[in-house]
Amino acid sequence: MDVILLQILNGLDKGSAYALIAMGLTLIFGTLGVVNFAHGALFMIGAFCAVTLNRIFNISFTTIDETRTDFLGNPMEVHTTYLETWLGPDLGGAIIDWSVPLSILFAIPIMVAIGVVMERGLIRHFYNRPHADQILVTFGLAIVLQEIVKHYYGANPIPTPAPDAFRSAIDFGALIGLEPNAVIYPYWRLIYFCFAAVVIAALFAFLRFTTFGMVVRAGMADRETVGLLGINIDKRFTIMFGIAAAVAGLAGVMYAPINSPNYHMGMDFLVLSFVVVVVGGMGSLTGAVAAGFLLGVLESFASMNAVKDILPGIDQIIIYLVAIVILLTRPRGLLGRKGVMEE
Amino acid sequence: MSSSKFTRRSVLKTSAAAGAGLAMPSFFTSMARAYTNEPTGSTVTLGFNVPQTGPYADEGADELRAYELAVKHLNGEGDGGMLNTFSSDALQGNGILGKRVEYVTGDTQTRSDAARSSARGMIERDGAVMITGGSSSGVAIAVQGLCQDAGVIFMAGLTHSNDTTGKDKRANGFRHFFNAYMSGAALAPVLGNAYGNDRRAYHLTADYTWGWTQEESIVAATEALGWETVETVRTPLDATDFSSYIAPVLNSGADVLVLNHYGGNMVNSLTNAVEFGLRERMANGKQFEIVVPLYSRLMAQGAGEAVKGIFGSTNWHWSLQDEGSQAFVRSFGNEYGTPPSQAAHTCYVQTLLYADACQRAGTFNPCGVAEALEGFEFDGLGNGPTLYRAEDHQCFKDVLVVRGKENPESEFDLLEVVEQTPVDQVMYAPDHPMFAGGDLGECNPGD
Repeated sequence: MDVILLQILNGLDKGSAYALIAMGLTLIFGTLGVVNFAHGALFMIGAFCAVTLNRIFNISFTTIDETRTDFLGNPMEVHTTYLETWLGPDLGGAIIDWSVPLSILFAIPIMVAIGVVMERGLIRHFYNRPHADQILVTFGLAIVLQEIVKHYYGANPIPTPAPDAFRSAIDFGALIGLEPNAVIYPYWRLIYFCFAAVVIAALFAFLRFTTFGMVVRAGMADRETVGLLGINIDKRFTIMFGIAAAVAGLAGVMYAPINSPNYHMGMDFLVLSFVVVVVGGMGSLTGAVAAGFLLGVLESFASMNAVKDILPGIDQIIIYLVAIVILLTRPRGLLGRKGVMEE
Repeated sequence: MSSSKFTRRSVLKTSAAAGAGLAMPSFFTSMARAYTNEPTGSTVTLGFNVPQTGPYADEGADELRAYELAVKHLNGEGDGGMLNTFSSDALQGNGILGKRVEYVTGDTQTRSDAARSSARGMIERDGAVMITGGSSSGVAIAVQGLCQDAGVIFMAGLTHSNDTTGKDKRANGFRHFFNAYMSGAALAPVLGNAYGNDRRAYHLTADYTWGWTQEESIVAATEALGWETVETVRTPLDATDFSSYIAPVLNSGADVLVLNHYGGNMVNSLTNAVEFGLRERMANGKQFEIVVPLYSRLMAQGAGEAVKGIFGSTNWHWSLQDEGSQAFVRSFGNEYGTPPSQAAHTCYVQTLLYADACQRAGTFNPCGVAEALEGFEFDGLGNGPTLYRAEDHQCFKDVLVVRGKENPESEFDLLEVVEQTPVDQVMYAPDHPMFAGGDLGECNPGD
């Protein structure tokens, strides 16, 4: 029981990231008909927004401490942050400590802007081109973006810790009456799951209960008719691209403490997220979310020793195996819409 | 200290070569060079094959800095660095054998195929007479095999697998860096003193040659202490989130987690282990502990506070106070503003050792150079008295056991040396089971 619960919990945080990225992917595909291979790079840029804000908060001035020496035997340079000087060590230190959650506010406008610029500047020129062209150009864009990040931030992972209060783990087992220490789960991963649930719910509510969302959904179903009604659907779709970029970016921001950001993390998630979209059904938001969590949990179960002893290497292929089975039995994916990518 | 230029082996080799030459038709021999890429002008070209992209790119960048510094010193520029402390006085700061040292670089991408391709390019296109570098054992073994076939010397960079100088050793390949067996031999007594002899260990291991040999070495060394190995789990090299591998550790009955991971793997697995609160837990009535057998400062920087108090081993550390280390740190620090990593140190030393061997042998011929390196004993390069053992081309020297520093004074001050394990304690026989199955073979001069 405790082992099963542990693996379900483990799968939820990764599943949350898959779901958030896949939701953005399927939203862009559903609205603009574009297969966006640069979406993983947006997740990575989000994580680097957290790194950047952390660095901004840590901008410091240098003083010389004559009583200590550096590795060359010269007087030691001591760095003190401006934040701690201006606001005092307590408040300044707290702001630095909370740089990841605060990065959400920092990342939203940046990610929306990047999304809009990406759509208006490049991707719109490929709306009427074959999917192969779209994949090539967005894949190329992803490589350009990750190389830019590598140039400025280096290739090594950059530790970006969660606030001190959330760095430990919760004894989840004890909370639900199991043996103490049987099910330990880090606080931050729990927060990540809750955060993902809120973002997913907010996006669904936005599309469901606002006029803007209604128009977008109508446009997804029948773009021409909505256009004939005099509604500028292109503008709304561009905004949706920006929102999808922001969702991917927020997923990246909050993931930074779980895996130290590195320039390649977008690619690591991109392929799996595409499988999630295909399993969930191209163009289906609900399918993307359901498949994200499902595959995250299955991946977690597949990495159990008991499972790997029976099926060696299963942890590496489980997602693709499920994708094959789903596509053989339900060619449109779990919740795919009729007509999407079938013309 | 230095070996004679005329040994029974060299005479035999020369006689055999001369005999073969006399037996060969003259039209064939007249076109042939004595060996691959024999330098004929006023310069000699070395090939630095390091990861310039990919997960070890920062380590590769530090290696490249060290190589550039070594070239400067060989050409008589800068402060001379370790040339001033090296026990051999063959090098005079006028290049190698009077030829100015030039270099070309290649990108291994930490992929064996890419590394072989870039090494081949440097040999065939750029005329490199020696290839050196790398931050992965998979890459080192692949490039070592290529150099053997091409007839050039390979001076390995950072490679820690037993196989590099074990079952995959080659006559043209030489390793200065220590290996997994040595890590186990040095680390186990320190772990026994710190954590006792009644421990149950759980291993997470990177699933490739280095991880396998490190796991084997640490399991053997800790079981010899009395520890029990509860489970060994292989993790994919491209894994980034280790939570699903770490979560079962808590219920496994283990009270020590050994992370046979390096680079990005280690940064992520250690971060995940700390995140799951392993170090705050009690298991079997003892404090749960984590061990990282192979440490590097660059990795420690990546893992941040997670390394505090964690034991591991390292080939070299910039805080060493011997004359050679201090000269290198001063030279490197003044040039680049940071202390060198252990990868930088081993690459710098390998370049000097190669140059010195050429100088002593009086030739760039790989067979002459190999002979000068085999059995060579030296000092002043940062690790104390060191032997390049002839039987397997492995350097034997003291090994450092380090621990993540609790109160670092600077961004570089992350590890503290807790013990300098004497070389005798990490020495093993050339036919030790962990290194068996390989054969150096014959030196290949190429052309």
